[in-house]
Amino acid sequence: MLLSIVIFLPLLGVIAIALLRGLGANAVKWIALGIGLLTFVISIRLYTEFDTANVGFQTNSEVYQKLDWIPGIGASYHIGIDGISLWLVLLTTFLTPICIIAAWNSVEKGLSGFMMSLLALETGMLGVFCALDLFLFFVFWESMLIPMYFLIGIWGGERRIYATIKFVLYTMAGSALMLVGILALYFQNNNSFDITTLQGQFEPSNLLFLAFFIAFAIKVPLFPFHTWLPDAHVEAPTVGSVILAGVLLKMGTYGIVRFCLPLFPEAAAHYTPLIVTLAVIGIIYGALVAMVQPDLKKLVAYSSVSHLGFVVLGLFSQNGTAIQGSVLQMVNHGLSTGALFLLVGMIYERRHSRMIVDFGGLAKKMPIFATIFLIVTLSSIGLPGLNGFVGEFMILLGSYVGGAFSKWYVVLATTGVILAAVYMLWMFQRVMFGTPDDINASLPDLKPREIAVLLPILLFIFWIGVGPNTFLEPMAASVKEIEAKVRVIPETPAVGQVNQMDTDDAVVDVKTATLKINEEEALSK
Amino acid sequence: MSPNLILVLLISPLVGFLINGLFGKWLKGNEKLSGGIGALAVLVSLICSISAFISVKNGNPLEGDAGHLYSWIVSGAFIAGGPFEVNIGFHVDALTTVMLLVITGVGFLIHVYSIGYMHGDEGYTRYFAYLNLFVFAMLILVLGNNYLMMFVGWEGVGLCSYLLIGFWYEKQSATDAGKKAFIVNRIGDFGFLLGMFTLFAAFGSLDFVSIFDKAEAGTIEIVFGETTKATLMVATLLLFVGAIGKSAQLPLYVWLPDAMEGPTPVSALIHAATMVTAGVYMIARSAILYNLAETGAVVAWIGVLTALFAAIIALKQNDIKRILAYSTVSQLGYMFVGVGVGAYASGIFHLVTHAFFKGLMFLTAGSVMHAMANELDIRKMGGLRNKLPITHATFLVGALAIAGAPFLSGFWSKDEILHSAWDSFPFIYIIGLVTAFLTAFYMFRLIFVTFYGESRVEPEVASHLHESPAVMWLPLAILAVPSALIGLLLGVGGHNSWFHHFTEDVFPKAHEASGSVLLFMAISSVVGIAGIAYAWKRYKDRAPSAEPTNTLQKVVANKFYVDEVYNTFIVQPIKGASHFLLWKLFDSGIIDGIVNGVAALIRVIGGMLRRLQTGIVQAYIVSMVIGIVLFLAYYLFFT
Repeated sequence: MLLSIVIFLPLLGVIAIALLRGLGANAVKWIALGIGLLTFVISIRLYTEFDTANVGFQTNSEVYQKLDWIPGIGASYHIGIDGISLWLVLLTTFLTPICIIAAWNSVEKGLSGFMMSLLALETGMLGVFCALDLFLFFVFWESMLIPMYFLIGIWGGERRIYATIKFVLYTMAGSALMLVGILALYFQNNNSFDITTLQGQFEPSNLLFLAFFIAFAIKVPLFPFHTWLPDAHVEAPTVGSVILAGVLLKMGTYGIVRFCLPLFPEAAAHYTPLIVTLAVIGIIYGALVAMVQPDLKKLVAYSSVSHLGFVVLGLFSQNGTAIQGSVLQMVNHGLSTGALFLLVGMIYERRHSRMIVDFGGLAKKMPIFATIFLIVTLSSIGLPGLNGFVGEFMILLGSYVGGAFSKWYVVLATTGVILAAVYMLWMFQRVMFGTPDDINASLPDLKPREIAVLLPILLFIFWIGVGPNTFLEPMAASVKEIEAKVRVIPETPAVGQVNQMDTDDAVVDVKTATLKINEEEALSK
Repeated sequence: MSPNLILVLLISPLVGFLINGLFGKWLKGNEKLSGGIGALAVLVSLICSISAFISVKNGNPLEGDAGHLYSWIVSGAFIAGGPFEVNIGFHVDALTTVMLLVITGVGFLIHVYSIGYMHGDEGYTRYFAYLNLFVFAMLILVLGNNYLMMFVGWEGVGLCSYLLIGFWYEKQSATDAGKKAFIVNRIGDFGFLLGMFTLFAAFGSLDFVSIFDKAEAGTIEIVFGETTKATLMVATLLLFVGAIGKSAQLPLYVWLPDAMEGPTPVSALIHAATMVTAGVYMIARSAILYNLAETGAVVAWIGVLTALFAAIIALKQNDIKRILAYSTVSQLGYMFVGVGVGAYASGIFHLVTHAFFKGLMFLTAGSVMHAMANELDIRKMGGLRNKLPITHATFLVGALAIAGAPFLSGFWSKDEILHSAWDSFPFIYIIGLVTAFLTAFYMFRLIFVTFYGESRVEPEVASHLHESPAVMWLPLAILAVPSALIGLLLGVGGHNSWFHHFTEDVFPKAHEASGSVLLFMAISSVVGIAGIAYAWKRYKDRAPSAEPTNTLQKVVANKFYVDEVYNTFIVQPIKGASHFLLWKLFDSGIIDGIVNGVAALIRVIGGMLRRLQTGIVQAYIVSMVIGIVLFLAYYLFFT
């Protein structure tokens, strides 16, 4: 029940707010915050009860649940967590109350709707990370689009409609492919949606892999599917950006590590050169484009493209250390980039601008803001002692030493370390240093509420940097299992050849199948 | 030795940083307290360092498991033949204690000096916080028992360097210089990281002891090429890229002269005595690997070319701190020659003497600036020796030491390096000797123009000329002693000197340099004195001309236009291409063009299909009939 409570408590909050919103804005805020904090506190038990000896999903009945839902099609309410989803669940429950406090005074219209969207979103995200039933997974995956659509579409900036539609259509394009993939898996597994029992050779696995992978790649976003992200971020309200960067993007990388890698190891290996090339291009390209952005939010958005390139690189390395680094880096990116968007939001509330040229010399009158901004910047750059370094180091070292691809990919990826310093420090200099003009000199430093929003994130930035084992240890068994699955690829070329032919045949099969479908469609018309 | 001693040594500056960093607001009114806390924190470390030094001298180092502190990054996954694990732990041997004494000794004096130098500065507490943080990071760098911990310190000192170069952050040039330092260093770090990855692939560990043991035993996984030597060559050269960045060698030296934007004590501590020597320390620490890989020649050649190049540039500079900066780049080049030719102890010995005399000279330069209302241009000085007698005397000691005047510290260490180079690299020896001449010349050009001849000081500045307070001149006087004498104490006897004996367990045995020691000393002395004499001839009573007189001079005065070349051919093209090609053309144009194009296309098709829904029943019937006929025809004739 514990996990179900964590997932659905926010939804209960939505209902509570809907019923009680007559009590006024303050009541709504406190209800939302109460629910958010309660969810987080309860979710901590997921960590304390976590059994690191358990290789797969936790078997503790508090956490693992399987109930019939729609028996007719074999869909069940089936949830559970392992060492990978645990951290994404905690990241979600951790960031949501922070977002609620961050939005305390910044929502002018429709506060109750805003808080309801936020909490509904939390349930959707948690569901995605916990679902062990493909049907349930897809329901959560799609359901979280709706509150996000509202968050950007109602509380967003000037071009919010364009950005929302772009965001939703991009995602839907991927979802449509994924749905086809899910159905194909369903029919090949004796009409079962159960993720834990999905096994074996799928026909045709390359196409199925792609159906899932493209859906997730759009979400990550992997170059060249990234152009929805800068627009969505720029138009989203601060909190929307935090959730978007902090959690939503991780649904893509989570999907890869949960589905693409263990279910289709051969196909994953087959496409690794292509995917890793895109990841490396993304690292460098994202960094270079981030460097020349005049808008703070766009800069951070493009930096996400770069950072998540590292995550994808590690995930496809077939190396346990690198995969573990990638999972840790998902959390790290959520913290650092989440904090960056919060900071940009705070400065936007004061200056009503996100253009870098409008700033300068903020360090003078806003020393606390500048200090926190510096720490988060350094975390994003990957300074040892802070969180970003540990993940980046594990990814790069693991891929270099034991990666399934040429070392040159890693060499190129490592240039991202230089470029990150270039774009972040240049931005920091232009915003913080110099002599402030009259407007910038009049901006007040952070208020206690704002510091309270940031301090918990800083705590984890240091914690993960100095003592990452707290986080790595529970992850280890699950990562090892993933590694074992992706390493099943036969090394002898002969077998690989056969696989290759199988898939080629399969491609032909699918082609004929599509032709048939076309005919049928034509007939029905 | 107990790890607790080292822990206190390490943590003390961190505590100082936290006090000044977190409570700076309340300490601001009390400069003495704030600076005192900063200096005290380093004094504690100094005392611990002395204690550690005595332990090591008595044959009681801290090595292996005894130094283990805690497991930092542990992944359950297997990699390179074992589970991935990186630890935090200490390795304290003779080399470490030498570095510790330099860092905390020179560091403490510079902290004390700073109490006076930074007087009245708005960011007083922030300054001491950063300075303590720097000492903390530098200590991590030299105390670590593995490469990753060294890298942690490496990045930490880089951060502090960034913060302190840009300390006066309202000044554009200062923050530009800080950013440049960080980014150029990151290019080096890129090499360091890849070097570590290669080492891990080859040895399955990053621990010094484990790597060096395996290297000596020859149990090395081949990562590159066909031999273990090729793998080690790649690893050591990649690490050297890191050293090139941190220790400001060709072609990544460009950040160091700009780093002079920071407060002068910072230049003395970070950009002369300690941080910039980290690259030399790293190579000396990895001596076994460099010997096996035989990549020392590359190190030595880069070193000597940098030494010559920077010395040439220093000839034509008129900014007192920049002359010293180029001199530092040049002297670091000597150290790389030392470790490059396998004379590791000599390279480290020069590191020590240089830390004293160059630290001293930067502090005296600070004393000059203090007296001259922050004037940096030596053409606006002259005749200062009467007004600033202590500053002059101490600067003279430093300059004589660097110029290689007989029996002063630099004389011993530089001569050892050159002598060691002679056997295997005679050309390096000759270039080194030429550089020694140039060094003596530019340094005494600086002395004569600044302290001798007629005063060219502007009248209003002249009226305020004063010697610095005791809190500043005392550190100068103290530093002058080792700058003069440490060579006599530690360096007499070449390979049999005290210093060589003390470090003999750390470094692989260097071969005895051939030839008469006295002859080499004599040559060095003559060259040094000749440089001083030539400077006396040219500058004893005149300032450098304002404008360069010919093209060659102009090129040198403009530092060979290296910054301009980097800017034109690297920085601007990358910026421009990122803006126009990647962002505007590719991202907004092509990708979004396709996305929006698909959307528009669907709309157009939808619009066309809409026309079919005319609402005219007859039209629907006609199309239905046509469809039926076509299908019938298909089934009748084609299936």
